[in-house]
Amino acid sequence: MMEILHYEFMRNAIAAALLASLACGIIGSYVVVKKIGFISGGIAHSAFGGIGLGYFLGINPLVGLIPFSLLAAAGIGLLSKKAKVAEDTSIGTFWAAGMALGVLFIGLTPGYAPDLFSYLFGNILTVPRSDLLLILGLDIGIVATVLLLYKEFLALSFDEEYAEVSGLKTTLLYLLLLCLIALTVVILVRVAGIVMVVALLTIPAAIARRYTRTLSGMMGLATVLCALFTLGGLWISWLTDVPSGASIILLASAVFLAVHGKAFFGGGELAGRG
Amino acid sequence: MSEPLVEIRDATVVIGRSRVLDGVNLRVDAGDFLGIIGPNGGGKTTLLRVILGLQRLASGTVRVFGLPPSEVRRRVGYVPQHLVFDRSFPITVREVALMGRLLHKGLFSRYSGSDRRIADEALATVGLSRLAGRSVGGLSGGELQRLLIARALVSEPELLLLDEPTASVDPEMKTSIYDLLDRLKQEMTIILVTHDTGTISRHVSRIACLNCTMVSHDSGKVNRQDVEHMYPYPVDIVVHGVPQRNLKSH
Repeated sequence: MMEILHYEFMRNAIAAALLASLACGIIGSYVVVKKIGFISGGIAHSAFGGIGLGYFLGINPLVGLIPFSLLAAAGIGLLSKKAKVAEDTSIGTFWAAGMALGVLFIGLTPGYAPDLFSYLFGNILTVPRSDLLLILGLDIGIVATVLLLYKEFLALSFDEEYAEVSGLKTTLLYLLLLCLIALTVVILVRVAGIVMVVALLTIPAAIARRYTRTLSGMMGLATVLCALFTLGGLWISWLTDVPSGASIILLASAVFLAVHGKAFFGGGELAGRG
Repeated sequence: MSEPLVEIRDATVVIGRSRVLDGVNLRVDAGDFLGIIGPNGGGKTTLLRVILGLQRLASGTVRVFGLPPSEVRRRVGYVPQHLVFDRSFPITVREVALMGRLLHKGLFSRYSGSDRRIADEALATVGLSRLAGRSVGGLSGGELQRLLIARALVSEPELLLLDEPTASVDPEMKTSIYDLLDRLKQEMTIILVTHDTGTISRHVSRIACLNCTMVSHDSGKVNRQDVEHMYPYPVDIVVHGVPQRNLKSH
């Protein structure tokens, strides 16, 4: 088993999995308690436009992804908060429009788009060193922001009206949270791909919530679970030669169904533990 | 004290196409315990939101402590009617109480030991010390209501606004919440909104009726005409100072 560490791509893959798990556990917890999984999926899919833009401009698609996903986050947030458009409508619009832009950019780019599949469905085995540094930088930014604004984000997630009465700029905080989700999507694209990142943003945190009493505890457990899923999926992918994105997501989904299925069939309650 | 704590003049609020408040005047002095009654949809919650500075006025003025409401939020405690939250939210009773300190803390800072002490004292005041470390999801309706009051107390308010604090609790808990308010009224000015016309008159110093327009009773007495004007349906009228004796019931 240790011989896999001799390969640089494997060491990079493990580092990427661990770094991604940190952002995934922390931000995924907000996604789950605030019930914004669909928004996160919308941000991820519309960010495909950024990948296309990266190809079109001939730069690292991950770099094109950052501004694009941030714009998508701000757009979805502002449209649903300010413009009196139903939230799911604005999400759906951005979701499809972003993907259409991506397809358009790739169509306009002469020749063939290498690695396109790995951005859509993830391929943790092809993460280059430069992307690791980018992921590390984003991780530091996300962790620092959450450390500084922990009590504000907690109030926003638990009781938005009271947060507003307490003088917090809730719309601004909400947009900031969506931007953190966008950056987490950038980190996770290499692991699970644009199409499947939403699973990593929700499954580890949703399982963690069942076993924790505080948000910080939930974040810690979700990070550990996310690391187990990504490393476990990577291991399965190595053994069976299946695509890593799929094995990671399927492993996470199987555990999720096992945990919740057990509660369902055992008659245990899912919510409201004392 | 001559300066009123809350002064609302000719306040009109329009939400969508409906006029929720229409030329409302209200004056609350320090030490008052004002009960605001009125039918559902009569604008009671909106009035509280006006005092909190959460609701914009179409016309009229509102001053709290002589200033615009958004500038004095630190001095006002708010107990919402009910908390819409996910019962599986991972948060403890103490953490919810601590949210009352948000107003006193800057961005980026963390809750300190003294914040925690203040939160624990407030939990003791409402009788929830025993549950401080528990998940909020496991609380009963009455316990949750008392937690919301504790959270408002943690902000150390001079003016306490309560929106239907007894709407979703059983009768026994209702009494204990009113007992708690009786103690709190020694220390702060209270505005309580309710449609619970029966019990409230024993506890408050003044009553106002609100159904888009407002009628205020400085003596703490409600007369029939006013109530019939406010309510489209028959109600019991109670006399203040004489607990629960109905003048006339329908």
